[in-house]
Amino acid sequence: MLPLALENVSYAVDGKAILDQVTVEIGAGPRTVILGPNGAGKSVLMRICHGLLAPTSGCVRWLGANGSRRQAMVFQRPVMLRRSVLGNAMYGLKLAGLARGERELRARDVLEAVGLERQADQPARQLSGGEQQKLALARAWSLGPEVLFLDEPTANLDPVATREVESIIGQIRASGTKIIMTTHNLGQARRLGDEILFISGGRLLERAPVDGFFVQPATAEAAAFIRGELPWT
Amino acid sequence: MDLKKHLLRFAFVIGALAFAASAHAQRFITVASTTSTEQSGLFKHILPIFEKKSGIQVRVVALGTGQALDLARRGDADVVFVHAKSAEDKFVSEGHGVMRMPVMYNDFVLIGPRSDPAKIAGGKDTLEALRKIKSASAPFVSRGDRSGTHIAEIDLWKLAGIDIAKEKGAWYRDTGQGMGPALNTASSMNAYLLSDRATWLAFRNRGDLAVLVEGDKRLFNQYGVILVNPQRHPHVKRADGQAFIDWVVSPEGQKAIGEYRIGGDTLFFPNADQPGA
Amino acid sequence: MSDLSAAFHEAWRLVASLDPALLEIVGLSVQVSLSAVAIASLIGLPLGAAIAVGRFPGRQALIVFLNALMGLPPVVVGLVVYLLLSRAGPLGTLGILFTPAAMVIAQAVLVTPIIAALSRQILEDAWHEYEEQLRSLGAARYTAALTLLWDSRYSLVTIVLAGFGRAAAEVGAVMIVGGNIDGVTRVMTTAIALETSKGDLPLALALGLVLITLVILLNAFASSIRALAVHRYG
Repeated sequence: MLPLALENVSYAVDGKAILDQVTVEIGAGPRTVILGPNGAGKSVLMRICHGLLAPTSGCVRWLGANGSRRQAMVFQRPVMLRRSVLGNAMYGLKLAGLARGERELRARDVLEAVGLERQADQPARQLSGGEQQKLALARAWSLGPEVLFLDEPTANLDPVATREVESIIGQIRASGTKIIMTTHNLGQARRLGDEILFISGGRLLERAPVDGFFVQPATAEAAAFIRGELPWT
Repeated sequence: MDLKKHLLRFAFVIGALAFAASAHAQRFITVASTTSTEQSGLFKHILPIFEKKSGIQVRVVALGTGQALDLARRGDADVVFVHAKSAEDKFVSEGHGVMRMPVMYNDFVLIGPRSDPAKIAGGKDTLEALRKIKSASAPFVSRGDRSGTHIAEIDLWKLAGIDIAKEKGAWYRDTGQGMGPALNTASSMNAYLLSDRATWLAFRNRGDLAVLVEGDKRLFNQYGVILVNPQRHPHVKRADGQAFIDWVVSPEGQKAIGEYRIGGDTLFFPNADQPGA
Repeated sequence: MSDLSAAFHEAWRLVASLDPALLEIVGLSVQVSLSAVAIASLIGLPLGAAIAVGRFPGRQALIVFLNALMGLPPVVVGLVVYLLLSRAGPLGTLGILFTPAAMVIAQAVLVTPIIAALSRQILEDAWHEYEEQLRSLGAARYTAALTLLWDSRYSLVTIVLAGFGRAAAEVGAVMIVGGNIDGVTRVMTTAIALETSKGDLPLALALGLVLITLVILLNAFASSIRALAVHRYG
């Protein structure tokens, strides 16, 4: 599927501009982190990339060969169905058309990989926030996606859970999936990113490899953000 | 789990259709009659005798006389069994019924509170009693529902020289109800009303009410039975309906009617042998 | 008050002696209303789900209309169904007037809008919560609707129970299309109406008590099933 190309993508609601002429091409390989202050438009951008929202103007295209065409997304707040942990893990596979035996096998595999195999038969909604997010990751991973979008996946989690989730993201990356993630947390961006897309006020202001970005930001807004200041607008 | 849900629902629907269908397996006729007749308990007494003998179940739909005749005009009944001769004759002359035969009669009674503000108790003249009620403006409950009783009541007012539709006041309560509910209403407001004796005898909620005027020949209430015309309504169960009518006017049926009692009182007087009735 | 205490005594006597007439009436009431609710659910739940996740012109007007139909007077439904099933009406040749089948149909017509409108609301709320995630996982609207139906099952059971309560409690529709025929189409509510009009208030009240108790028992049973399921599945 990759590379993903956005051309002059804008998104407005009731006349208010949320994204303004974003143009970028994201290729396979490096872990891409979309960084920026709250309200910058990161979540909307993610949803447009994933296909949940249509841009008000501009276009989104996948330039790669029509191979797997599979992508998945993990949201800030995990959405669990009223069924068991295993049931949730199998849900996406059922949609993909796998047979029951195959579904259960794969689901149990990912549950083990994320450390939830012992809670397989528990009601998913009874899990803690961190465990639910791990389940959401497992569910997405089970589909074997080419691209995994993550929208502020640890924003609501404590440090221990955050570390576990970041470790799982690393595992997913290691299995060959492209990671595209948003965050407003500088430390996380440093830990998990290979390249940074800096968004502020609905515009893509800067794109750079992670080290270069933090050592020498090219724009004043980025520099201010790294220093911890609130943006003007 | 989707499949289980669907199967359960499917089973429900099949079950529903099955028991609905079972109501059809039985041989039966539909008789349109009046609420006062059913509530008197007469049918509970005589129908089992007929059903046992013939194997035909008699299903009685009880409504007001007007409604019962309208029901039959639409073809939704096989036999009509009501008590309003003029309406019945019209029904036959319209071509909806084959022939009217007299079956039995009961009588009306003029009910009122024991305190009797209009002072009619013990009288033998219904018309005089009605005039007294009007001039005393005593509360009077009317059925107002085009039933045989209602039609009889209007006719009595007319005979008394009163056009009740024009001359009624706040004392005249037009309730649009069956006999039982009208009695309930009269009981709760201590009003006068005209009731058939059968419903009165079976009625439990009397309050302060009692029979004040009875025995006047003008209070007699004739019942007739009619087969709905199969030429007009081809699906009418002609043979079974006629079997019921034949039984009701037969000596056996007439005997069963005469033997029905409440507290020792005969309610209905069989008179199928009076062709002019 | 003496009517009430007489009613309690009568109710107890009827139930304790397993009065056969009472059993027949109760049995028919349960069969008719349960069947009606089953049909109404078969139609109403998918309809509610379709409207909840669907997007089409006139959707808002349809929702308003459906909500309004919840207030259909039973006696009006009875009248319309009677005119349809009457020999003089379009479906007269079916010959099902004055049978339990007609009563089931009338009550199904009455209850379907209730189940559809209420489930639509529940499922629409669920859709707001789940839409992004389900679409992200690749669910088409049809599949998503089924998922929502199963996921909201506890709320939906409550709605179905409400539908049953409505059916079991109404008298206007079944009186007209059933005819309250002794031994054939007499149910609890029409029996109560009959005894009331005969002035036998203690018996009418007693039947009323039996009916209320029945509905309470059914709800208690459903509630315990739910508690069990929540405990197991969350």
